[in-house]
Amino acid sequence: MATTAPAGTRRPAGIVPTGVLVLGAVYTLFPVSWVVVAATKSKAELFSTPTFAPGTGLLSNLADLFAYRDGVFWLWLLNTVLYAGGGAVLATAVATVSGYALATYAFRGRGLIFNLLVGGILVPPVVLAIPQYLLFSEASLAGTYWSVLLPQILSPYSVYLARIYARAAIPASLLEAGRLDGAGEWRLFHRVSLPMLTPAMVTIFLFQFVAIWNNFLLPFIMLGDDYRFPLTVGLYTLLAAGANQPSLYNLIITGTLLSLVPLVALFLTMQRHWRADLSGGAVKS
Amino acid sequence: MTTRIRQGAPRAGAVPYLFLAPAMVLFTLFMALPIGYTAYLSLRRTKVSGLGLGAGARTEVFAGLGNYAAAIGDGELWAGWLRVLGYGALVLALMLGLALVFALMLDAAHVRLAQITRISIYLPYAVPGVAATLMWGFLYLPGLSPFGDHPFLSAGLVTFSMANVAVWGGTGFNMLVLYTNLRAVPREYYEAARIDGAGELGIALRIKIPILVPAIILTTVFSVVATIQVFTEPTTLRPLTNTISSTWSPLMKVYRDAFVTGDLHSAAATSMAIAGISLAVSFGFLRVVKNHAFGED
Repeated sequence: MATTAPAGTRRPAGIVPTGVLVLGAVYTLFPVSWVVVAATKSKAELFSTPTFAPGTGLLSNLADLFAYRDGVFWLWLLNTVLYAGGGAVLATAVATVSGYALATYAFRGRGLIFNLLVGGILVPPVVLAIPQYLLFSEASLAGTYWSVLLPQILSPYSVYLARIYARAAIPASLLEAGRLDGAGEWRLFHRVSLPMLTPAMVTIFLFQFVAIWNNFLLPFIMLGDDYRFPLTVGLYTLLAAGANQPSLYNLIITGTLLSLVPLVALFLTMQRHWRADLSGGAVKS
Repeated sequence: MTTRIRQGAPRAGAVPYLFLAPAMVLFTLFMALPIGYTAYLSLRRTKVSGLGLGAGARTEVFAGLGNYAAAIGDGELWAGWLRVLGYGALVLALMLGLALVFALMLDAAHVRLAQITRISIYLPYAVPGVAATLMWGFLYLPGLSPFGDHPFLSAGLVTFSMANVAVWGGTGFNMLVLYTNLRAVPREYYEAARIDGAGELGIALRIKIPILVPAIILTTVFSVVATIQVFTEPTTLRPLTNTISSTWSPLMKVYRDAFVTGDLHSAAATSMAIAGISLAVSFGFLRVVKNHAFGED
């Protein structure tokens, strides 16, 4: 590159943004890399060896974690997969049919229904979680899998995403042509529209999967029996039990690491599907 | 694509209602009903007669706005609001500031390593709040901390330490929202500015940031609402320090009232107050800026 004045002002412009971003990446990766290293340390090594020196205790830490209370950690992991997987599939289905109907039909009450469904974005979870617990108690369902699964199926944000995406992706003329050919409304949705909505559905599934996986408040309030806990609540109880016993720290650290692995793996493999631009309204029509 | 639904074009009849039935059933059961029930509970109180023993000794009576009056007069709740205000101001300024800086840097003309740094900074989005708090919590602990024995969890520093967890977890998502908005801007805008002699900094300040205003407003509103309801981080950090009380944030007090001290009515009134404040903040914010920031429906 030439060293003339204009080029001289351009070069630092490349160093500054790159440097700032690298600093940002170091900051975000720091605790994650710490937990990876710390999980390899034995009880003695955790407090004695340098922070980023790998230890020799990974296998015994894993064995201890899986032996903890007859392997309850496995159950937490399984429960989390069930809540997040089941909840996200159902949430995606509900959001897709709702968004499709709101985007492609003209009918009485459309504006009202849209506002009701999407207005839920602004309702704080706490206003819902406590009375939901009481209502589930009335129905003798508090503390069950249903009490965590059911309230997380309707996702206002997902309905909103599905509607703007359906509005941009499905040409009214195509549905019109289908109707002229005698296709029924269900067939139009199922065979014509659904394939066009797939990108939005993948995004909605991922967002909802992460939201349920990371949720703490709802299962914390709903569940009493630790055999139904998801990882978040399980790890919290592990910490609450072990905060004063440094001998349990290895368990908590190893459990934290394992709770990150599935989501980070999903995140890295599905990287290109995390499209925040669906929400930014930047969908090209 | 500009032809939307023409007046009465699809003779759909009951079809859209059938498509919307699952969502409306879920809305009724898990949103409308709980909100109504909370409002109802907040207007009632438990009346204890006699010694409070026996089957008929505790009855529910109408309390009017008594629970709200009690919430307003509750010093511990106000202290909670103040703590959350300080914490929230810190989180919002740092998180959104960093998100904006990172988004602008990613969009800069000559940046390198953009993809790997973008994925790294976005990564905490995939980390549960509980796990993030546990990781930082251990990093703050004297004896484990690589930063020496600073009292990160002391009364004076705990707010900053907690804010750091929230900033760490939330910056990437907000950065991506802003960055995605920037990517949608036609590059010719910048070319024109460059020809007029604007540098990268000038383009960022005078073109990119004004374009981002609506997105910044939206991310601010969502972040404010999330911050008002902070619960997971302080609750998870509590076992590691005695500087976080069980009523540190208003939402923690709601939880304690409802499930530890068993005062549902006061918990209901407080959660209605939190909801009211969240809604007022969101609507107020959106209303103020709607006219000049958003053009579309």
